[in-house]
Amino acid sequence: MLSNYSQPLEFTKLLGWLDTTLKANMPEVWANLIEFVIVAVAFLTAYAVIALILIYAERKITAFFQARFGPNRVGKYGIFQSVADMIKILLKEIIHINNVDKFLFYAAPFFMIVASMLTFGAIPFGKMLHAVDFNIGVLYVTAVSSLGIIGVLLAGWSSNNKYSMIGAMRSGAQFVSYELSAGFALMTIVVLTGTMSFSEMIAKQEFCWNIFNGHISSIVAFVIYLISGHAETNRGPFDLPEAESELTAGYHTEYSGLQFGFFYLAEYLNMFIIASIATTVFLGGWMPIQIHGLDIFNQFMWYIPSYVWFFGKTAVLIFLSLWVRWSFPRLRIDQLLNLEWKYLLPINLVNILVMVILVLSGLTLTDLFPSLF
Amino acid sequence: MESILKYFKGLFTGIKSLLFGMSVTWKELWTKKVTQQYPENRDTLVISDRFRCELTMPHDDNNEHACTACGICQMNCPNGTISVLSKMIETEDGKKKKILDTYTWDLGMCTFCNLCVITCPSDAIKFNNQFENAVFTRSKLVQTLNHEGSKLRDKKKDVKPAETNA
Repeated sequence: MLSNYSQPLEFTKLLGWLDTTLKANMPEVWANLIEFVIVAVAFLTAYAVIALILIYAERKITAFFQARFGPNRVGKYGIFQSVADMIKILLKEIIHINNVDKFLFYAAPFFMIVASMLTFGAIPFGKMLHAVDFNIGVLYVTAVSSLGIIGVLLAGWSSNNKYSMIGAMRSGAQFVSYELSAGFALMTIVVLTGTMSFSEMIAKQEFCWNIFNGHISSIVAFVIYLISGHAETNRGPFDLPEAESELTAGYHTEYSGLQFGFFYLAEYLNMFIIASIATTVFLGGWMPIQIHGLDIFNQFMWYIPSYVWFFGKTAVLIFLSLWVRWSFPRLRIDQLLNLEWKYLLPINLVNILVMVILVLSGLTLTDLFPSLF
Repeated sequence: MESILKYFKGLFTGIKSLLFGMSVTWKELWTKKVTQQYPENRDTLVISDRFRCELTMPHDDNNEHACTACGICQMNCPNGTISVLSKMIETEDGKKKKILDTYTWDLGMCTFCNLCVITCPSDAIKFNNQFENAVFTRSKLVQTLNHEGSKLRDKKKDVKPAETNA
C-alpha cells in the first residue's frame, strides 16, 4: 500500500516487528510481560523528559513575556538548565518535619504522581503509540485525573501547618468545581462523536476536527475546557492554592527535595495532560491535516509523523496556557467560584443541549457538507 | 429582565477585557529584551554620572593636583574615612608652606555621602564611575589618592579646576 512508503518515520513497523518476534520466540505470557516492561520504561522516561522540556519552555516563554532572556547560561540558550535543576533537586536533602502525620505526609506526593501517570498512560501519542485504548477513554481520563486532588488535600492536612491547610482547602474547592466544567465540556464532544474511545474519536476527525464539526457549540466547549483545565492544574490566574503572597507555597510549603520535586513534576505534567486531552478531543489528536479530494496534499501531510502532529498541537495549547498565565492577575476565591458556578456551568449546560439539538437535527458540518468533510 | 441583561453584559465585557489583556501581553512578547547582560556588556554599559563609586583626586598632565591639604574633607567626613597627612616645606623665597604628603581614603568605611566633595574649597576630589570595587582583602580598600611625586598646581598660572583623570 501507499501508506507503507508515505509514512517512513512512523513507529508502526518497528512496534509490529517487535511484537511478532517476541511472540514467535517465547510463550505469550513472557512476551506480554516484556512488552509491559518496555511500555512502562518508555512512559517513565517520557514523563521525566517531557517535564524537563516543559520546565525549560515555560521559563523561556515566561521570560519573553516579561522582556527578559530567561535561562541562558547552562549550555547554548540555557537548554541544559532544567537538567541541572533536576540534578540539584535529586541531590537535595529531604528535611523531616516534626509533628506531621508521617504516613500521610510521605504518601501525598505519590498520589499526585500516580494520578497524573495514570492519565498519562491513556493518551494516544501517535499512530500505534497508544498504551491502553479503553472504549471509555474519556471517562477513564476524567476519573483518574481527579485522583490528584487527594494528594493535594493529604499534603495540606498532614503538614500540620495552617497555610498548607488553607491552600489545600482552596485547591479542593477549586478542583471539585472545575472538574465539573471540564467533564461537561468533554461530554459535549462525546455527544458529537458518539464515542468515548480516543482512537475512534481521532479516526472520526480525519477530515474535520471536532472543534469545527460542531461549530458554535464545539468552540464554546473548547474554550470552557481550556479554562477549567487550566484551573485544575492550579496555574496562572487560578494559582490561589499556592498564592505565595498569602500562603508561602500553599499545600507544598513543608515539602523539600525530591518530594517537592514530585509535586512540581506532577504540576507540569498535568499541564501537558490537559493540553493533550484537548488536542485529542478537539483538534484531531495525532491525525495530520487532511482535506477531502486533495490526495497529493494529504500524502505530504502523512510524511510528517503522527507524533510530531500530536506534540505540535499540544505545544500550541501549552503556549496558550502560558500566555494566559502571564496575562491575568490572580483571582480571589469568591471570584473563582463565581466564574465556575455562575458562568461556566450554566453556559456548559446550555451548550450541551445545543450540541444535542445540532446532532439530532443534522446541523454539524459533516452532516451539512458531506462532500467537503 | 434587567438582571439577565446585566449578566450577559458582564459576561461579554469580561471576555472583551480579557482578550484586550491578552493582546497587550502578545505585543509584550515581541518587544526588545531589556536585560543587561552585565559581564559581557562592560564596553557599552551606561552608569549615571551622579553615581558615586570611588573617590579620586584628578591629576593633570604635569602630575599636579588641586589639594591644598586644608583638611576640611577630613573634618567633614562622618566616618573618619579620609585622612590628610601634610608636611611643612620651605619655598625658594624662604617662606614656610604646608603641602599634601599623603591623602588616604578607606573605601570600606565610606558611605558615599559626598560631603567631602561638596565641601572641598578647591575642587580637588570627586567621585568617579569605577564601580567594580571588590577585592580579596580589606587592606586593599585603603587607597592613597595623590600620585607619587605629585605637587600642588600653581594657582596664578591656572585657575580652572582640573579636568583630566590620570
